[in-house]
Amino acid sequence: VLPMCLSSHNTLVIKFFFLSAFFPLKLETQATGENLEFRLISSPRLSNLPGWSLKDGSAFLDKELKECSGHVFVDSVPEFCLPETELIDLSTVDVILISNYHCMMALPYITEHTGFTGTVYATEPTVQIGRLLMEELVNFIERVPKAQSASLWKNKDIQRLLPSPLKDAVEVSTWRRCYTMQEVNSALSKIQLVGYSQKIELFGAVQVTPLSSGYALGSSNWIIQSHYEKVSYVSGSSLLTTHPQPPERTLLPKVDLLILTLLTSTPYDNPIKCVSSFASTFLALTVRNGGNVLVPCYPSGVIYDLLECLYQYIDSAGLSNIPFYFISPVANSSLEFSQIFAEWLCHNKQTKVYLPEPPFPHAELIQTNKLKHYPSLHGDFSSDFRQPCVVFTGHPSLRFGDVVHFMELWGKSSLNTVIFTEPDFSYLEALAPYQPLAMKCIYCPIDTRLNFIQVSKLLKEVQPLHVVCPEQYTQPPPAQSHRMDLMIDCQPPAMSYRRAEVLALPFKRRYEKIEIMPELADALVPMEIKPGISLATVSAVLHTKDNKHVLQPPPRPAQPSGGKKRKRASEDIPDCKVLKPLLSGSIPVEQFVQTLEKHGFSDIKVEDTAKGHIVLLQEAETLIQIEEDSTHIICDNDEMLRVRLRDLVLKFLQKF
Amino acid sequence: CGRGSAPRSMPEIRVTPLGAGQDVGRSCILVSIAGKNVMLDCGMHMGFSDDRRFPDFSYITRNGRLTDFLDCVIISHFHLDHCGALPYFSEMVGYDGPIYMTHPTQAICPILLEDYRKIAVDKKGEANFFTSQMIKDCMKKVVAVHLHQTVQVDDELEIKAYYAGHVLGAAMFQIKVGSESVVYTGDYNMTPDRHLGAAWIDKCRPNLLITESTYATTIRDSKRCRERDFLKKVHEAVERGGKVLIPVFALGRAQELCILLETFWERMNLKAPIYFSTGLTEKANHYYKLFITWTNQKIRKTFVQRNMFEFKHIKAFDRAFADNPGPMVVFATPGMLHAGQSLQIFRKWAGNEKNMVIMPGYCVQGTVGHKILSGQRKLEMEGRQVLEVKMQVEYMSFSAHADAKGIMQLVGQAEPESVLLVHGEAKKMEFLKQKIEQEL
Repeated sequence: VLPMCLSSHNTLVIKFFFLSAFFPLKLETQATGENLEFRLISSPRLSNLPGWSLKDGSAFLDKELKECSGHVFVDSVPEFCLPETELIDLSTVDVILISNYHCMMALPYITEHTGFTGTVYATEPTVQIGRLLMEELVNFIERVPKAQSASLWKNKDIQRLLPSPLKDAVEVSTWRRCYTMQEVNSALSKIQLVGYSQKIELFGAVQVTPLSSGYALGSSNWIIQSHYEKVSYVSGSSLLTTHPQPPERTLLPKVDLLILTLLTSTPYDNPIKCVSSFASTFLALTVRNGGNVLVPCYPSGVIYDLLECLYQYIDSAGLSNIPFYFISPVANSSLEFSQIFAEWLCHNKQTKVYLPEPPFPHAELIQTNKLKHYPSLHGDFSSDFRQPCVVFTGHPSLRFGDVVHFMELWGKSSLNTVIFTEPDFSYLEALAPYQPLAMKCIYCPIDTRLNFIQVSKLLKEVQPLHVVCPEQYTQPPPAQSHRMDLMIDCQPPAMSYRRAEVLALPFKRRYEKIEIMPELADALVPMEIKPGISLATVSAVLHTKDNKHVLQPPPRPAQPSGGKKRKRASEDIPDCKVLKPLLSGSIPVEQFVQTLEKHGFSDIKVEDTAKGHIVLLQEAETLIQIEEDSTHIICDNDEMLRVRLRDLVLKFLQKF
Repeated sequence: CGRGSAPRSMPEIRVTPLGAGQDVGRSCILVSIAGKNVMLDCGMHMGFSDDRRFPDFSYITRNGRLTDFLDCVIISHFHLDHCGALPYFSEMVGYDGPIYMTHPTQAICPILLEDYRKIAVDKKGEANFFTSQMIKDCMKKVVAVHLHQTVQVDDELEIKAYYAGHVLGAAMFQIKVGSESVVYTGDYNMTPDRHLGAAWIDKCRPNLLITESTYATTIRDSKRCRERDFLKKVHEAVERGGKVLIPVFALGRAQELCILLETFWERMNLKAPIYFSTGLTEKANHYYKLFITWTNQKIRKTFVQRNMFEFKHIKAFDRAFADNPGPMVVFATPGMLHAGQSLQIFRKWAGNEKNMVIMPGYCVQGTVGHKILSGQRKLEMEGRQVLEVKMQVEYMSFSAHADAKGIMQLVGQAEPESVLLVHGEAKKMEFLKQKIEQEL
């Protein structure tokens, strides 16, 4: 097993035997925040930002780089950092397993441009909501009027001279522009839908099974197992029940290898507290003072919980006259889709569907006209727009999408508030290009993924032989280096990986399962050699097809056929007229050398190797390799000699 | 009914029908496979109100308790001839083990059971019937399964559900112990219809396939023809100013026919109002909206722009509408005209030869539906009143079962070693048996 890390923490290739499984694929939007976008309807401020020049005064970069409140930004069409695709030949990858809809954003890059021809597995909600996320992204990017990507700054010699974080950005030369909707559709058509706890046979050798991970609609952990080995991939799991089905834990124990990734990105915040204070305090306060609230968010996921929370607090928080707007090209679809995945929801929500009522209360918010959704700012929204209000819109990086407009519109007034709930982006970096801001900013990340306390409980429960995780989880966060509780602590220590690293694991396949046909099993005569252990010799034909091994009865001696062809029988069992004897036993090297000498060989040298011995017959330029499970006679031209040596070897072995 | 070629090995699989073997109604089959006992469906018979109404559980109970003997119970779909005996079985005879069914079945089945109970106890006055509380207690023993999920019942026994079409949430089940397996189809449909998709199973090569054979001898005329026929009749009646009554059960065909009429009205730009009786039917449409992932590809794809179960032309019915002048179409429950709104409307409209009643499904003996279908035109109603039926009476089968061709298709998909035919009539099965032996 050879995991390879293809990005800083979300993409992993595992070569499991000859089979490669591939866990994608969180698209790293440039989370470092260098990418600024200027599509602002009336924004003389941003387009008038000064260009930035190198210290030596050369100003050739000032078209690409802009300066704002002491930070330097790239002015370009947004680009995306992909998983590593150079390290392996993706055409040798057999399957891609998707953990949740956030982890499939890079899929079109892989399926459309790399020679990958395998199968992608994902659950139905993952695919449907993943499609919505991609559709929104494509739509946002298409609306960016910049035709040009900035490229001068990517020159290695220039990047070196730039201030942080630009100079630390990784693999800038491989950053790519967004895919098209056509590529998205083509990529999604290659996905095979699977259900929780469905056992999927891969080439007869391995079985993979998605299990509910509790993090998002349709999110899964994966079990990959053969008859004797079991690996589990735990990615983006949650123990807090919000709307998705709670995690399935019964199949996790007894694993040889546990791969643990996408833990919470906010280990010191309590997501439950954040959800409840979201509506009751932050939002209510702003609205009471006549201000507007902006919630940058993805079009699916946490927003359902936030809307539910608002629904509960409408009266107590004095929100009954405040309109909620949800603006996204996929707002309508997302709200509709959320109501039809009853089987993937938590128990409470399922029970509602049985009544039958919509599982999420946003159906009622829409019906009573409290929540309105629009594909974009243009059209109906501009005539309906009333302030003060609450707006949910994307993109949470604040680099593109309708959120940019609202930041511009409301940023200047201290009455307004922006509330960051998506944990993927640093809110300080997200806000940097908008500085100076009068608007209040509240950071209230709702990240329900596993924290370190939960991880250590999980590890105690599961007791995996080995743990593999991204490097960052094996040490405390850089800002809190004394917090030894904010890292994975287990025995043996977790093995860590980094982007573009190949990890060899102490994990070896030793056994293969073979089925014995009943008639053959019937004929066995076991002898007890020790109490409780019986042995029997088996003479059979090993039939291997699709990685399934079956022992079949050996062919009977050829019958004198009376002209009738018994085609069927000979098809099933391959012809092999002479059965070679079966050998067993080991070769004691000293005695073997003595025997060789007795038979006239001289100049014999014995070398010890890691696995056994090599007997060198220097004169004859011949090697005999004796290992635990094999003996090779390497002798180039002299067949007579080889046969003589073989017969000597055979003397030491028992025959059946 | 074996399939000719000799099996690979000789697994011990025993099948005992406790209800429907060679007939239709009260489906209930006991399968013993490698030491495990699984009961498939637990249905009632609509034609009886004595002991024969429920399956014969004494076959098991004379040797001990149901819970000790059975490892699990599987319900294929919500039709009462497949789940109607469940509360009797679990609460009155006594079974505490797991009962497996899909989510939509789990949602809808208790509603139909309650409906059935009301008719039996309140309308027909039967004693010693299961109570509402028993239905609730019975449903607590249900474990819902996803499609294709492998459910580990215990260390050795596993089951897996496949999509079956037929009605919302209908499933076929694979039962597997070690290398031995049985597939039970329940009722299924191999051609997609207006609202559901076609049954599908992978090449799982079971030792035994137990399949329904309701339409064993027929290669049915295409669905399109029957639909065209139906629309033509409704259209003619409306054109001549008549009123059309379509008695339906709340769930299943009602939705298919609503979609059919809705699209026809849209296309032909018809103005006559269409109504469906309130209560259950409206609620039923809601189930279809929420479980839209179980419907066919087309409906699933377009549901955001247009949810097929939100009807533009079909409005909720009010009792007073029945006396409105001019043509109209009304869907009303129940489907056999034995009580309730459909019967009320029928009595109002029966005397006018311009009107029409279309029976889209099977009717049990003794019901008004059965009487008019068998040609009776003078009906004795309560209070010695005689109702003369002058309206046009039509019968049209829209029930979704696989026909002979469909059954052969499924056998081809699953590649079983042997096939067992159930849920059909003996003579027809004999015909299909020969066909399967010939072709496979």
